[in-house]
Amino acid sequence: MEEQELPYVLIDTIGGTHGVYEDHVEFLKKHFTLITMKEFLENKNHLSEKIKAIYMWWHKPAANQELLRSLPNLKMIATSGAGMDHLDLKLISSFGVKVANTPFAVSSATADLGMVLMLASARRLVEGCQIAVSPNTEHFAADWLGDEVTGATLGIIGMGTIGYMVAKRAKAFEMKILYHNRNQRKEEEERAVGAIYCKKIEDLLQQSDFVMLVVNLTPQTDKLFGKKELELMKPSATLINISRGPVVDQDALVEALQNGVIKAAALDVTYPEPLPRHHPLLKLKNIIITPHIGSATTSSRRLMMQNMVESILAALNGFPIPNEVIP
Amino acid sequence: MAKQEQPGLLILEIGGVCGVLKGHVELLKKHFHLITMKEFLKNKERLSEKIKSVFIHECRPVIDRELLQSLPHLKVIANSGVGVDHLDLKLISSFRVKVTNTPHAVSDSTADIGMALMLASARRLVEGCQIAVSPQTEHFAADWLGDEVTGATLGIIGMGSIGYKVAKRAKAFDMKVLYLNRNRRKEEEEQAVGAHYCEKMEDLLQQSDFVMLVVNLTPQTHKLIGKRELELMKPTATLINISRGAVVDHDALVEALQNGIIKAAALDVTYPEPLPRDHPLLKLKNIIITPHIGTATVQATRMMTEEAVANIQAVLNGLPIPSEVIPQ
Repeated sequence: MEEQELPYVLIDTIGGTHGVYEDHVEFLKKHFTLITMKEFLENKNHLSEKIKAIYMWWHKPAANQELLRSLPNLKMIATSGAGMDHLDLKLISSFGVKVANTPFAVSSATADLGMVLMLASARRLVEGCQIAVSPNTEHFAADWLGDEVTGATLGIIGMGTIGYMVAKRAKAFEMKILYHNRNQRKEEEERAVGAIYCKKIEDLLQQSDFVMLVVNLTPQTDKLFGKKELELMKPSATLINISRGPVVDQDALVEALQNGVIKAAALDVTYPEPLPRHHPLLKLKNIIITPHIGSATTSSRRLMMQNMVESILAALNGFPIPNEVIP
Repeated sequence: MAKQEQPGLLILEIGGVCGVLKGHVELLKKHFHLITMKEFLKNKERLSEKIKSVFIHECRPVIDRELLQSLPHLKVIANSGVGVDHLDLKLISSFRVKVTNTPHAVSDSTADIGMALMLASARRLVEGCQIAVSPQTEHFAADWLGDEVTGATLGIIGMGSIGYKVAKRAKAFDMKVLYLNRNRRKEEEEQAVGAHYCEKMEDLLQQSDFVMLVVNLTPQTHKLIGKRELELMKPTATLINISRGAVVDHDALVEALQNGIIKAAALDVTYPEPLPRDHPLLKLKNIIITPHIGTATVQATRMMTEEAVANIQAVLNGLPIPSEVIPQ
């Protein structure tokens, strides 16, 4: 009997700074015959009909019209991460191809990063580390102070899975939690994390010591946060962004930070990433920026990979698809 | 109350490196006749009659036999902060002077720093910030990873007020919490934070992904963590110290970090502070050090001064003392 081939799945490349992780390959090869873009381009005629799914790791390979046209039997694109803003969902759907992402695999790591950005900013951690190792340090000054996180007010904008996990963590720091969301959460859910709904974003902004952005990037949330919102914030408040760079009007943020309209910012995401090296945000003293590491843990990335494999297998076997994204 | 009738309070100085914070002077002057060491030394005879209390901030002024002998009316030494390892408690007690500290004011902010250090270390925050601003950065590598804190195991050595608050925070990150303490906590207390008591330090060290030191510095905890303890830790584990530098054998720690015996360390405290600029700990890549900022918040420092004031007043008025430190 002929050995049944494992389904053919297209990937960009293995290894390097953006490829599929080498230590994920063993697991992937248990379920799929992996074809790299290089192999595909070298052997299009033979491979184009065989490829049933794309394993899109870090937005590659890009699902553009040309690629979609060359894969007549493509059933599914599994993309890593929660964000969908890099995909033309309508275009993909027009080819009859399904899409799945990994919203839950990223959530705890991203919530953790939101918390550490808030703590690091409030307690001036990065600055403190520099003082501790600086050749010029002779003593530690007693009047060098940060702000307390325990008991402060956190305003969460976007209370989906990740926002809710942030609220759960913040509650343990006895923070007062306000939130703004498209829809109000159920009462039990609110009570479990002590979160108070703010129908109007102004109410949240005026009361919060820390404002954390945890929304999806959609046409509605693009530049959600601009001059008006920044001016509504307390001058002693800090803005934390773990969603997507374009949610914030960066020019307005630069101005607000330069003029003390808000106290500080902590960003895991910017637009673009990385920022151009001469960008004013990089020169400010009252900001910390991390290189989009919200889901950058060994275990989260492994879980993402496993979720993507599950989604692809479900699609190819005609089962309900976990984490399917409907356009 | 007229200035001269207020009880005298001796401090080192106002402002400067270790001086009392300028913003707290008004609060102190409301209750006390504030006398700096400089003023005292110029006018010992007259002022020694007035000084009933000393306020210690950042371990100053230093309390020695000579000073105690020159303050015949001294009733209380109020320390700002909870650690009193810089005070000779037996000596002070022999002069019938009481010592107080400020355990309540420090606990939240110190627990917060413990969490911040654990998260920052696991997620390589400081390194990440450097990458984000470096002139050399052209793209962000997708294979640059840290470790997950959610769901990991935290071993807390020292489950007093601060350790307990750390456990409470860690629980919200779905961490498995193990703890070691002189005495086991009550069952309800353990259950409230999901903490498991370890009879033996080995058990805690062998199972933990993060080990956090939250003990007092006493002769018993001096160099509590040395070569043996570091070798019992997992090679993937991180040591976090928010207690006192001397609880850790620094030489053993340097070796352990250099040789991958443990993965990383995050220290808010060292011995001495600051470390000499040529100290090997400063050169390691797998360590983050903060300049003893466990209580360095506007709110905590104010609360510490308020708590110290309340302690002093209780002693001087013969009332129950909120936070007296009894020599063991």
